[in-house]
Amino acid sequence: MWNPEMEMMSRSELEKIQSQRLKNTVERVYHNVPFYKKKFDEAGIKPEQIQSVKDLARLPFTTKQDLRDNYPFKLFAVPQDEVVRIHASSGTTGKMTVVGYTKHDINIWAEVMARTFGCGGVNHKDIIQVAYGYGLFTGGLGAHYGAEKLGATVVPISGGNTKRQLQIMADFGTTVLACTPSYALYMAESAAEEGIDLSDLKLRVGFFGAEPWSNNMRKEIEAKWNIKAFDIYGLSEIIGPGVASECMQQDGLHVCEDHFLVEVIDPNTGEVLPDGEKGELVFTCITKEALPLIRYRTRDISIITHEPCACGRTHARMHRVMGRTDDMLIIRGVNVFPSQIESVLLEIGETEPHYQLIVDREGNLDDLEIWVEVSERLFSDEVRKLEQLESYIRREIQSTLGISAKVKLVEPKTIARSEGKAKRIIDRRDVYRQS
Amino acid sequence: MKVKQLSVFLENKSGRLATVTKVLGDNLINIRALSIADTTDFGILRLIVDQPEKASRFLKENDFTVSETDVIAVQMSDKPGGLAAVLKVLEDIQINIEYMYAFVGRTDTDAVVVFRVEDIDRAVDLLQKAGVKLLCAESVYSF
Repeated sequence: MWNPEMEMMSRSELEKIQSQRLKNTVERVYHNVPFYKKKFDEAGIKPEQIQSVKDLARLPFTTKQDLRDNYPFKLFAVPQDEVVRIHASSGTTGKMTVVGYTKHDINIWAEVMARTFGCGGVNHKDIIQVAYGYGLFTGGLGAHYGAEKLGATVVPISGGNTKRQLQIMADFGTTVLACTPSYALYMAESAAEEGIDLSDLKLRVGFFGAEPWSNNMRKEIEAKWNIKAFDIYGLSEIIGPGVASECMQQDGLHVCEDHFLVEVIDPNTGEVLPDGEKGELVFTCITKEALPLIRYRTRDISIITHEPCACGRTHARMHRVMGRTDDMLIIRGVNVFPSQIESVLLEIGETEPHYQLIVDREGNLDDLEIWVEVSERLFSDEVRKLEQLESYIRREIQSTLGISAKVKLVEPKTIARSEGKAKRIIDRRDVYRQS
Repeated sequence: MKVKQLSVFLENKSGRLATVTKVLGDNLINIRALSIADTTDFGILRLIVDQPEKASRFLKENDFTVSETDVIAVQMSDKPGGLAAVLKVLEDIQINIEYMYAFVGRTDTDAVVVFRVEDIDRAVDLLQKAGVKLLCAESVYSF
């Protein structure tokens, strides 16, 4: 365990710390972020009314729309010169969600990621191969700093280049893999094609996140790699990876509660739900400086429990994510909203595009196919022009979303409509099925 | 001298062409010529029928995407070198062919080939000047 003092702290002690930190944060955002001052004033909340974590539910929520409205830096609670790092993820309408970190925030991030690795029994003797993407995406650098903090040997290979990943894994004696679960399965398949026996590797554990996955996928990864596979959870708005992670019990993900307060709410009423009830996850950052979001609505559906865990950690556990309250898809680790596809189709002159996204997992990699109904406006009697149309849509989607998609032109009324409204998404991956 | 051609978008799946021909047949529309251009995913059915406006309407009512394009129908002698002679003229007057296909019906001595060309008005003019025989729409629809 990386930080037993914090991770195994008694609940009463933890609550004291949380309350103090929450008070400080509320005070700070009220005075430093005009958005929060306005929001609290509108809700009739004064910072001094928040005395402990029991008052949390009195605070208003923060949403992704708020981040978009305050693009790029307007939610920062520190002057820009104190910000040492920016990350960003794609948003619903082309505008990115931008997050910032002070030096202190980067340290917290490294701390919670070090705990994540510690949860899976990793220590300074391990060699950690970070195959999450490096860059604006939080996965790569988040895992990287945590691994360094732990004192482990980091191999910052980033995503892709599967052959080299496997080569390095074998030659360097990598013991820990961090990547998306679908990439882990893809790598295993490539290894089989290359004739590499995965049981010859020194790999012992893997930390998989950034996209939803099922218990069946876990079993498959564990069997193919002969490792223990841990689910990790995070989102850039809160910090990135490191918000919560599974321990050796693999029975829920411990939330780093001394840094992030967790609640589950009814997504329709906003009412806080008791332990064991399914609802939307809401997090409050209580130690971050640059972007301490208050009651941020994640749109992820889960259940939390405060039952003691056999591992000894006292922090609450969340169930692996069980779904979304919106229509966001995560494809190869990238957030995709149908509205983004729609805006591409609107650009080519479609006033009311009929389309459908079909997501599948083929050969363990997510596969996105976009069906577009050919209207008279799009239609041409020349094959060449229709093929140009297909490749134009494909390129636009690649540049907007950063992922490749297959575009298929289909006849009108191919896409099933219910009450006139087309079903936009068919997700065949079944990632939220719990088994 | 321009002839209306209907183009219909078809997905590559069984029964689509059958549906088009059934819709036309049920509405007593006669197909004069047809061709299909296809890719792995879709095809474009090009049709010349005796009543293009009606055919277009019926197909649209059956949820097909239909467009109308002007083409030319060239009559040529049905013997070796007949088509080559016409293509030579097109080459000489520098008209590019987007696509072409042969007619279903023909007389004993003549064949008819449908051309979709760039700049159809110029093509009609120059072909006629070069003495190539073009069929008018009415005669094509009732050929």
